[in-house]
Amino acid sequence: MRSLTELTLRPAEATVADPGQLIPVVRRSAVGTCNPLTKIAVALILMVGALLSIDLVSAGIVLAFSLVLVFASGLDPAQALKRLWFLPAGALLAAWGTAILAEKTGAVLVDAGPLLITTGSLTAAAAIFVRALALAIPLVVLASTIDPRDLADALIQHLRLPETVVVSVLAASRLLGLLVVEWQTLSTARRARGVADGTPLQRCSSLLSGIFTLLVQAIRRGTRMAMAMEGRAFGRAGRTWRRRSSFHLRDLVLTAAAVLVASAAITSAVVLGTWNPIIGG
Amino acid sequence: MALPVTAHAFSWRHADRAEPAVGPLDLDIAAGEKVLLLGPSGAGKSTLLHAIAGVLPAESGEGTGEILVGGTPPDPRRGEVGVVFQDPDAQVIFSRVGDDVAFGMENLGLPAAEIEPRITASLAAVGLDLDHDHPTAALSGGQKQRLALAGITAMAPGVLVLDEPTANIDPPSMPRIRDVVLRLQAETAATMIVVEHRVDLWIDHVDRVIVLGRSGVVVQGPPRRVFGDPDLAEVLAQCGIWLPGAVREPPATRRPDSPTDSRTDSAAEAVLRARHLGVGRPGALNPAVQDLDLGIHSGEAVGIVGPNGAGKSTTALTLAGLIPEYAGEVTANGPLALGAKHARPFRWPSSFLAPRIGMVFQEPEHQFLRATVAAELALGPRLAGWSAAEVEARVTELLRTLGLENLAEAHPQGLSGGEKRRLSVAAMLAPRPTVLVVDEPTFGQDALTWAGLVDLFIDVLDHGSAVVAVSHDHAFLDAIGARRIELGAGALVD
Repeated sequence: MRSLTELTLRPAEATVADPGQLIPVVRRSAVGTCNPLTKIAVALILMVGALLSIDLVSAGIVLAFSLVLVFASGLDPAQALKRLWFLPAGALLAAWGTAILAEKTGAVLVDAGPLLITTGSLTAAAAIFVRALALAIPLVVLASTIDPRDLADALIQHLRLPETVVVSVLAASRLLGLLVVEWQTLSTARRARGVADGTPLQRCSSLLSGIFTLLVQAIRRGTRMAMAMEGRAFGRAGRTWRRRSSFHLRDLVLTAAAVLVASAAITSAVVLGTWNPIIGG
Repeated sequence: MALPVTAHAFSWRHADRAEPAVGPLDLDIAAGEKVLLLGPSGAGKSTLLHAIAGVLPAESGEGTGEILVGGTPPDPRRGEVGVVFQDPDAQVIFSRVGDDVAFGMENLGLPAAEIEPRITASLAAVGLDLDHDHPTAALSGGQKQRLALAGITAMAPGVLVLDEPTANIDPPSMPRIRDVVLRLQAETAATMIVVEHRVDLWIDHVDRVIVLGRSGVVVQGPPRRVFGDPDLAEVLAQCGIWLPGAVREPPATRRPDSPTDSRTDSAAEAVLRARHLGVGRPGALNPAVQDLDLGIHSGEAVGIVGPNGAGKSTTALTLAGLIPEYAGEVTANGPLALGAKHARPFRWPSSFLAPRIGMVFQEPEHQFLRATVAAELALGPRLAGWSAAEVEARVTELLRTLGLENLAEAHPQGLSGGEKRRLSVAAMLAPRPTVLVVDEPTFGQDALTWAGLVDLFIDVLDHGSAVVAVSHDHAFLDAIGARRIELGAGALVD
């Protein structure tokens, strides 16, 4: 026996980061604690600034502000890069396509048979790249810093959405996350039972039974959760709220900054003559 | 304020079954009384609790008679009945601990100023010393069970209804969870009804024991009278009740192989070997267990024990070749590796892995693939290449040993919690794989079905299979003669 059980074990480091979070928030910040509705408004305003025109100036200004937002909101930049590397990669791919296919104006930079890149097409490519990031980053910040519960509070208390619906959707969104884990477990279980490989037909039928089990699981879990919620008096009229969703000076400042940046982006582009609107241009 | 609970000729039949799940039964539980509800696996204990809490979905079946709480039909919206369910995962509603505890209070319309202090008090009462912003997704099963209790505590209900509140808790923590419940009951003087297979844990703390059979109440009375009456012993045994103080003595008990056994010294003979093994769920930042060295031999039983959150299940999945090693490696040797192209079971194709290493998952629902109980049992032996007659004989034998004969044609997903557990274990045991890895195999079993499971494990061990069992049930590990591997000892107390 002596050769078998030499064990030195260390438990996993206790972590309190929410595993469901897109990018971990490493510190509290004024931006991070803004009202969720403010954050949504800011993302929409910035989107207007970057969306209307395909040009380097307006997109560049919005992107610069978005990057400031990433740091100001207390997100972990290293984790952001690690988990969202595909965003710049995707933007680069789009830019590459543009560089090859865009209208060939200006001096020729690369001419290798079918591959022709000019200063004009390269500028268009750069604009596409910057614009894609300027559109994506505010959404990433939004998705990472909004706590669903805070959003629900805001939607019910300010926008007067029906509370039963909002709370149910909130609870269901937690179950959706569980379903991903469940699907992984089910795939593992099919492997354990010996039906995960074989002919394509066999795989297909085992996949179907897996999907069926997932549906059964989803319904069962949903039912049990509904029972648990009902068991805690959910559905009774006159629900109160633990937290008041409120707006502060920081909400006003952030919104004003976003409006300013979006207007500056559009104005600068027009003034500098790079304005290249997507509609009616 | 405590409320009485009464039932008059109450019965409930699930929509897809011919027999009623509960009753018909009569109950008369006084306000403030503490009741332990016992009964065989599948006797409808959970269904009865749901009915008392008023959360039995009307469309899921048909009821007769009535249940009254405080003289009126139960309505969960009044917040009179606090219910804690079996499944800790399905009771977490919000993503932060504080919000989750506040849920019931908010529903009851308590002012915000009153909610905050009650959150702190309830969390302290259940021994969950966490920040209000702590994410609920980062809680272990046992912590989630405490969280559910805190949410109920905060509502100060007149009736407490608990469905196996310690089922997912490691044994050293069980008395603490029980004491939390008892303290809560003492503070509010609430009526308490608890379903639990562990009679020993509760017997000294309840006023009455009610034994539920498949057709109503079998016997009820003060615990000392019910368990002290020799005439009742036979009845209780037939219901599969764990008699207090009785040693869980299965028909046959294996002894752990003695340490001097010559073969254990020969490392080459371990069929499954872990070297410097670190385990972690795919994508985990840190391993749950590190530097585990372990050899598992044919015919040997190994018990993996440890507190909630120590990485037992992840270790089981890694040993079974289902998730990749975080560090180090798991290799197959000897008869287990015969015909294998790779030494690591993780690299094996599914059809090669299944007949050699069987895995029983923590949640039985996950592994069911067929539409009937019998087909589920037949799948493994059939894939392992057994003849039709052999398969048939094995299925019949398993159904009988586990008391599932009447359910042979039922859908696996429609069984009770304990029945599903037995089926999932039996389905994996059926082809007698070389190595069998099981996660909490005895969960939700009564004394009779428990003994049936022990018999099956001893049978496969005698046939030369190795068994690795993750379990809180030390009586079970003793019965199959398992040596213990302790994970995360003392480090992560739930």
